[in-house]
Amino acid sequence: MSAPLLAVENLKVTFPSPSGPVDVVKGLSFELGRERLGIVGESGSGKSMTGRSILGLVRAPGKVSATRLEFDGIDLLKQGEKGMRAIRGARISMVMQDPKFSLNPVMTVGEQIAEALVAHKRLPRREIAARVRAMLEAVRINDPDRVAGLYPHEISGGMGQRVMIAMMLIPEPDILIADEPTSALDVSVQAQVLDIIDALVRNKGMGLILISHDLNLVAHYCDRVLVMNAGRVVEDCAASELKNAQHPYTRGLLAAQPRLDETRDELPVIDRTTWSAA
Amino acid sequence: MTAIHIDNLDVSYGETQITHNVSIDVEEGGSFALVGESGSGKSTVLKAIAGLAPEWRGTIEIFGKPRSHGIDPDFARTCQMVFQDPYGSLHPRKTVDATLMEPLNIQGLSDHNERIVAILKDVGLDNRFRFRYPHQLSGGQRQRVAIARALIVEPKLLLLDEPTSALDVSVQAEILNLLKRLRRERGLAYLMVTHNLPIVSFLCDRLAVMRGGRIVETADAENLKKGHLQHEYSRELLALSAPPAV
Repeated sequence: MSAPLLAVENLKVTFPSPSGPVDVVKGLSFELGRERLGIVGESGSGKSMTGRSILGLVRAPGKVSATRLEFDGIDLLKQGEKGMRAIRGARISMVMQDPKFSLNPVMTVGEQIAEALVAHKRLPRREIAARVRAMLEAVRINDPDRVAGLYPHEISGGMGQRVMIAMMLIPEPDILIADEPTSALDVSVQAQVLDIIDALVRNKGMGLILISHDLNLVAHYCDRVLVMNAGRVVEDCAASELKNAQHPYTRGLLAAQPRLDETRDELPVIDRTTWSAA
Repeated sequence: MTAIHIDNLDVSYGETQITHNVSIDVEEGGSFALVGESGSGKSTVLKAIAGLAPEWRGTIEIFGKPRSHGIDPDFARTCQMVFQDPYGSLHPRKTVDATLMEPLNIQGLSDHNERIVAILKDVGLDNRFRFRYPHQLSGGQRQRVAIARALIVEPKLLLLDEPTSALDVSVQAEILNLLKRLRRERGLAYLMVTHNLPIVSFLCDRLAVMRGGRIVETADAENLKKGHLQHEYSRELLALSAPPAV
């Protein structure tokens, strides 16, 4: 692997509270090359905040600090709002959880995808239309010309999420951050959407950060996995090694999932007292 | 005795017919799962039983008694429902105590205090939680309250609509254990809607796979565990939920 695309060192995200500042991410470090990295954790583990802080999307009063937050030689912490805008979308983009809330309801799908492109590049109109069409085809939408003219309420959830992906990938970013991209979708559509992300990321040689609470899914689609709990990384391993995970939290998470050939009478429940004090 | 007997159930919303010829039987004390993707009509079957989807034709019998089409307090005494999202199903301005009091008042049951204390203990919440509001509880605690609310009138049948899909994995395990224990202790029958086959394998004896408003296959959970489902679509679902790498 060449020099990392993204280097994060000692990342902290802090929110004020009545009883003093609370760190929701407590000193996270990782490097991302052109690979697929999974971040897993439960609600409140800080996994989404990690994704958002990379893009400078943590809103006040939240505060982001890090000893190093570098993307392709650019110090992200020193970028102003204008500098971030040039990176956000164009070079690092993010797919959010629910297409119902993240698409603009009064713009057609085609216009929204085109907007993502035009915001960063001046292009002749004909080329824009051609790129939008090609992108819709790339996310396996069968009838791209018809779908481009539809409004978000006229398409299904799975299709909406594919439109989101098209929108995020059309400026050809270097890194795609996908924050629970499929948890609002049906099991049968989930695999389809993830396969699309997977194929596009591989073909374009991008870096992917897949944020999810689903261990199996992350293990299947990523090369490397970070398991987060209460703002810290408790496990950093190759996806194929996840089943041999060492940390009691990771092992607890794995064991707590019911299996298809379930024979256990009771599922083991994570005993948080043993290690959360650390 | 069968807890639920449904024969040729056709449910409609206005002009649109949602389910077609759905027939299922759930034994007393049995646990039955309806699985399928969104729009397959699995939740609609639950709603018809609960009286929330009154436009249906066919037969619904609960413990041998035919079900009327609307909301029915007598029926509510034997059959209660737990909804998917504990963030949406509890009244935000009612304390746990008030939430649990309501079914007792509707059913005209006495010993409110004793019943509330007992049911909270049964779902694994201690007395501190009794006078809290939903926003002061975590997702798992809320779902425990929703289960307590359903169980406080001592029903014999519980309708579960994706009871854990809004919860984290470790919390899901707690709720599934709770449901399993309560069923064993109280001899409850469950009719559960889910799209998660491993949960069916953990909690249910039988399942029906639904697609496009029809049941395509009914099978024993044993067959699910062994991967012996017959219908092509059931196999497809099975392949999707088989854990790929871990």
